[in-house]
Amino acid sequence: MPAHVPNAGLNRRDLLKRAGGLAALAAFTAACGGNTGRPSGGGGGGGSKATLAQWYHQYGETGTKEAALKYAKAYPDANIAVEWTPGDYGSKLASGLLSSKGPDVFESQLNIGMVKSNQVVALDDIIADVKDDFAPGDLATNTVDGKVYGIRMIVDPQVIYYRKSMLDKAGIKPPETLDDLVAAAKELTTDKVKGIFVGNDGGNALGGPAVFASGGSLLTEDNKVGFTGARSAQALSKLRQMYADKSVLLGAPTDWWDPGAINQGLVAMQWIGMWAVPGMQKALGDDLGVFAFPKADAEGKAAVYSGGWTQFVSAKSANVDAAKKFVKWLWIDQAEYQEDWSLNYGFHIPPRKSIAAKASKLQSGVAAETVKLTTEFGYTDNPAWTPKMGTAFTDVLTNVIKKGADPAAEFSKAEKTVNGELARLFG
Amino acid sequence: MSAPVKTAAASASAGERRKPRQKGIAGTTRSFWLFVGPFVIGLLIFSYLPIIWSLVLSFFEAYNTVTPSKFVGLQNYVDMLTDGNFLSSLGTFTIFAVFIVPLTFVMSLALALLVNQVKVAKAFFRSVFFLPTACSYVVACVIWRLSIFNGVRFGLANTVLGWFGIDNVAWLSTVDPPWYWIPIITVRLWLQLGFYMILFIAGLQRISPTLYEAAYVDGAKPGWQVFRYITLPQLRATSVSVLILNLIAAYQAFDEFYNLIGNVNYARPPLVYLYGISLGSIQDLGHGSAGALILAVIIMLVTLLQTRIFGFGKAGD
Repeated sequence: MPAHVPNAGLNRRDLLKRAGGLAALAAFTAACGGNTGRPSGGGGGGGSKATLAQWYHQYGETGTKEAALKYAKAYPDANIAVEWTPGDYGSKLASGLLSSKGPDVFESQLNIGMVKSNQVVALDDIIADVKDDFAPGDLATNTVDGKVYGIRMIVDPQVIYYRKSMLDKAGIKPPETLDDLVAAAKELTTDKVKGIFVGNDGGNALGGPAVFASGGSLLTEDNKVGFTGARSAQALSKLRQMYADKSVLLGAPTDWWDPGAINQGLVAMQWIGMWAVPGMQKALGDDLGVFAFPKADAEGKAAVYSGGWTQFVSAKSANVDAAKKFVKWLWIDQAEYQEDWSLNYGFHIPPRKSIAAKASKLQSGVAAETVKLTTEFGYTDNPAWTPKMGTAFTDVLTNVIKKGADPAAEFSKAEKTVNGELARLFG
Repeated sequence: MSAPVKTAAASASAGERRKPRQKGIAGTTRSFWLFVGPFVIGLLIFSYLPIIWSLVLSFFEAYNTVTPSKFVGLQNYVDMLTDGNFLSSLGTFTIFAVFIVPLTFVMSLALALLVNQVKVAKAFFRSVFFLPTACSYVVACVIWRLSIFNGVRFGLANTVLGWFGIDNVAWLSTVDPPWYWIPIITVRLWLQLGFYMILFIAGLQRISPTLYEAAYVDGAKPGWQVFRYITLPQLRATSVSVLILNLIAAYQAFDEFYNLIGNVNYARPPLVYLYGISLGSIQDLGHGSAGALILAVIIMLVTLLQTRIFGFGKAGD
C-alpha cells in the first residue's frame, strides 16, 4: 500500500448527528472511555506487563492483519493491542497523536512537523548497533537534526509495470525517455484499452518522479526549493501532453495503488508499487515487465520513488521505554518477522541489507528488476518536505496536468508557500 | 434549580387551594431540566466548547497541537482572507449553490404536488421518495463513483452512452468540460429531495380547503392559476425554510465532494478545504479555525439577509 491512502468514508452528517442529536448519549458514554486499542486497564491477565497500542493502516494484501497480530502475540514483555485502520489512516493518526489516548507505537512517514511538535521520540539508542545495515536513504528520510526518529519497516518502490504482450503487439520497446513514454501511451491507446494508468487524478503521483528525472528535487539538500527549474517545467508539460492526448485511464473503479486496472486489461501500463507484484503475477503470469519513470530529457536520469512505512514511538505514550523496547524487538531483532512482513503478502524491499540479501523471492523476474532499478535510481522523501508543501505541489500538478496551466507560473505560486513553510521551520 | 422549590415552600401556607399549582410548576421545572439537561450538557461539551476552543486556536500558530503557545493575533485571518485556495473554495460553493438550491426547491415542490394529488397508495409514494434520505452520503457516493459514474466502459452512465455510440466519459476526472458536477449534483438531489418534499407536503396539507373552494367559486382555473395565486402564497413559510435550510446545507457540503472527487483544488467547497488543512495531514489548526469562523460568520450573515428579504418568522406566516 502507498504512503498516501485515499479518502474513505468520513461523513459530516454523522459527525453533526453525534454532536447534536446524540450529544446526551455521547456525554454519558464518554465517561466510559474511548476505544484506544488498549484493553481497559487494571484487570485482565496482563499482570505487571505494560499494555501498548500499536497502530497500522490497512494493508491491501490478505494475511497482513493476521501477521501483525501474530507478531504482537509473540512479544513476551508487554501486551500489544493492534489497531488496524481501514480508510483514512492519516487523519485518524493525526488526531490520535494530539491526545494521550493515541498509539504508543505507530507506522507512518516522518515529517519535520512531528519532531517540532514533540510527537515522536528519537530512537538512536535502539538503532545504533545496526545503523550500517540500513541504506543511507532509509536513514536520511527518518533523520532530523542528526537524530533518527523511526525504524524503516518496508521499502516500497514505485515504478511502471506493463503488459509485455501489448507492447510487443504494437511493436513498442519499453520507453527510455519521457518522450518515449508519452508516445508509447498514445500508440497503445485504443477504444477498449488506454495506454497507461497513473491514477484517477490524472497523474499527480508522477509529479515527484518527473522533477527528479529532470535533474531537480522537491527540496535541495540544504532545504531550498528544488523543483522550479525550466527542465522540471518541461517535464510537467509532457505529463500534461500525455493527459491531453487522452492516453491515460481516468475514472477507474480502483486507484493506481491497486493492480485492478492492469489486471482487468483496462490499460497496457500502470504506475504502481512493487507491493502489487504478487497480485499482478497471479492475474497476468509472465505477461509483465517493468521500467522506471524514464529520464525526462537528455541530461536527466530515470527516477524511482522509494516510499514505504516506518515505525515510530509516540512521545505522548505513558510507556515510552517499553514501546521502544518493543520496536527494537520487532523491527530490529526479529529478522524472521521482518522477512515475513516484506515478502509473504505484498512484495516490499526489506530495509535491512542483511535481510534483503537473503530475500529469494526478490531475486528473479520483475521483482528482481524492480529492486535493481531502485538501487540505481531510487530516491527517498526529505523529512523537511511538509504536508503543506506537498499540497502546494499537488495544486501545481493539478493545474498543469488537468487544466493546462503554465508550469512556470504555477511553480512561483507554490514556491511562495514552500518558502513560507521553510521560513517557519528553519527561521 | 433551587429557586422555584423555595418559592413553593414559602407559599405553602398561602392556602390549600394554591398548593397543587405550585407543586405543578416545580414538577414542570424538574421535568424540563430532566429532559433538556442532558441535551444542554451535550450541546455545551460538543458544540459550544469546540467553538470557543476554535476561536482561541484561530489566534495562535497551532501546528499539530490543540494547546498552542505562539500568539499571532489576527494573522491567521489575514492569511485565510488572502488565500487564493480558500477564496476559490467559496467560489466552488457559489456554483454549487446556484445549481442545487433552485433545483432542489423546484423539484421537491413538484414532487410534493404530484404525491399530494395521488389518490391511491399515497403513503407508499411518500415513503418511496423519502427513503433515499435515510441513506448515508458515503454509501450513495460509493454507488455513484463505482457503479454509475465510473469512467470505464462498464459504468452505468457510460454503458447508456455506449448505446448511442458516444465515447466513455471520465465523469469524475474531467475538468474540461466539468462533468464532475453531474454526479455531485445528482447524488445530493437523490438524497435530499424526499426530505424537502415531505416539508412541502406538510405545508400543502395545512392549506385550508375553503381557500380552494372560494377560488373555484370566484372562477379561478384549476392548474396554474390556482397554484400561482393560492398554493404558492400559502406555502410562503415552508418555502422560506426550505430555501434557508437548503442554502445552509449547501454551505456545509462536504460528503459528496470528499467521497466522490477528494480534496482537489478545482472543486472543493470550504469545508473540504478546511478539513484538508486542519484535520488532514497538514494539521494546521490555527488557520483551519480562522477559516471555519470566517465561514460561520458568512453563513450567519447570509441567513440573516435571507430572513430579512423573505421576512421569515414574521406574524402571519
